[in-house]
Amino acid sequence: MTPETVRLDEPIHRTVSAHGQTTVHENELLRHPVYTRVVHWSYAIFFVLALLSGLAIYSPWLYRWLTPLFGGGPMTRLLHPWFSLAFVLIFALQLLNWSALMAWTSNDRRWLKRLKEYVTNEEPLEPEYVGFFNAGQKLYFWAIVGSCVLFLVTGIPIWFPATFGRAVVAISYVLHDVAALVMLAGFIVHIYEGTAQQPGTFQAMTRGTVEKRWAWTHHPAWYRAVTGRDPRADYEATVKRQANG
Amino acid sequence: MPTGTLQIKLSSGQMVPSPGRGVQREEEVCKYIDVTTCIGCKACEVACVEWNDMPFQQTTFDNTYQTMPSTAWNYWNLIKFNEHTREDGTFTWLMRKDQCMHCEDPGCLRACPADGAIVQYTNGIVDFQQENCIGCQYCVSGCPFDIPKFNSSTKKVYKCTLCSDRVGQGLEPACIKSCPTGCLKFGTKNDMRALAETRARQLREHSGFPNAGVYDPPSVGGTHVIYVLHDITKPELYGGLPSNPQIPVTYTAWKRFAKPIGLLLTLLAAPVAFFHYVTEGPKEPQPPDRPGRNVPQ
Repeated sequence: MTPETVRLDEPIHRTVSAHGQTTVHENELLRHPVYTRVVHWSYAIFFVLALLSGLAIYSPWLYRWLTPLFGGGPMTRLLHPWFSLAFVLIFALQLLNWSALMAWTSNDRRWLKRLKEYVTNEEPLEPEYVGFFNAGQKLYFWAIVGSCVLFLVTGIPIWFPATFGRAVVAISYVLHDVAALVMLAGFIVHIYEGTAQQPGTFQAMTRGTVEKRWAWTHHPAWYRAVTGRDPRADYEATVKRQANG
Repeated sequence: MPTGTLQIKLSSGQMVPSPGRGVQREEEVCKYIDVTTCIGCKACEVACVEWNDMPFQQTTFDNTYQTMPSTAWNYWNLIKFNEHTREDGTFTWLMRKDQCMHCEDPGCLRACPADGAIVQYTNGIVDFQQENCIGCQYCVSGCPFDIPKFNSSTKKVYKCTLCSDRVGQGLEPACIKSCPTGCLKFGTKNDMRALAETRARQLREHSGFPNAGVYDPPSVGGTHVIYVLHDITKPELYGGLPSNPQIPVTYTAWKRFAKPIGLLLTLLAAPVAFFHYVTEGPKEPQPPDRPGRNVPQ
């Protein structure tokens, strides 16, 4: 991160952080600070608004029942670009906030090779090299960044068709659709992973904390980094304690 | 616009056939425009403004006899005046009445995502239903003739209706009624096509226009407005009439097939996630609260 980008989101960071705190209970770790949570849910709200208004335009014969939510078809069309712009701009804060954590490493390549084992729950504990984010989370993050760029580059001509002309609009709208489909698929998986699939994950983005158990199970390298302890040893100690009742 | 007795055969934003399709016996209508006998009197422009109650307005003068540079959201019918120098150095006007072509395969309707905002009647007229228009202007980019015009204050798009309100009552369009030379005619598509062919043959054989022909472009399935041109090989001379009008492929192949299939595949993520939970179960923090063991069932 360059000094300029730090300065750009620093005032917002300071303001938001000043208005909140996180309670870390016993056997818990701080996962996402107040600023991260506020930014996440801010763009999440605008994403859902953009998604619902966008679906109504994407496929009216399936989703025209969504347009009354936004005051009818014309208002849906009018609001969609504003929802989307808000989403992209707020997500840019998360990009600044997370870009270092999201950096791709050789461990992420190793992780992807065992994607099948991950999906089929074959190993209850993640490999020791998995840090704050795993490769799947990083892929989703960078897919959003890429889609945001595509959304912006194609969305502005669709927003102002008179300025950009017939051919540009006709091409832009296809790329806009493709970006939307990628985002929607990722979004569905994201919600599943963050709720039902991994118990204990949702609270990371609401209260900001996770159980230590959760940390050594899903992100052992991160656990080691923040506690200075061996994740596998702590896990085994807990198993032993449980067995002894 | 009022539909009167007209039946809708195609509607924007819908995947199923419209209820009007095939219900009634209906002739396809057509407007015939013989540019070779047009004298540029603009009676049709006035008739259009009068019948549709459009406001009188200031226009733009750009050193031609043309009323304004192009049609507008409240000016649907415009004679394009093109000064043309023939090969022998003599001068001629190429005048063409510009308005919606009412394509059999309408690019505007294909592009439109709003349910029922653009309809095609069984008689071939393509009509905008402004109350359903959402103002996205995809129709503008879908039209090869640059016809739909956006009104930024009402956020709606407008164009020539081929006087669907008159035609629905058995009347001819206002422009036809006003034409003093008979260069405009209105009737069934077959009759007008035959008339146009006859006139083009006459021009070729007796009037010294060897390239005279009928403009009824097959790339949009033919149009319900056809021209007789002195030179069918160069329609562009007549104020930019495209020789091969095309609907962008993104509004045909993508919209018809890739779009619904893409959405279906994407939404499959939801049942996949659900059945993943049902078959594989959650990934709990280890060790779980209640110790368990995996059984192969």
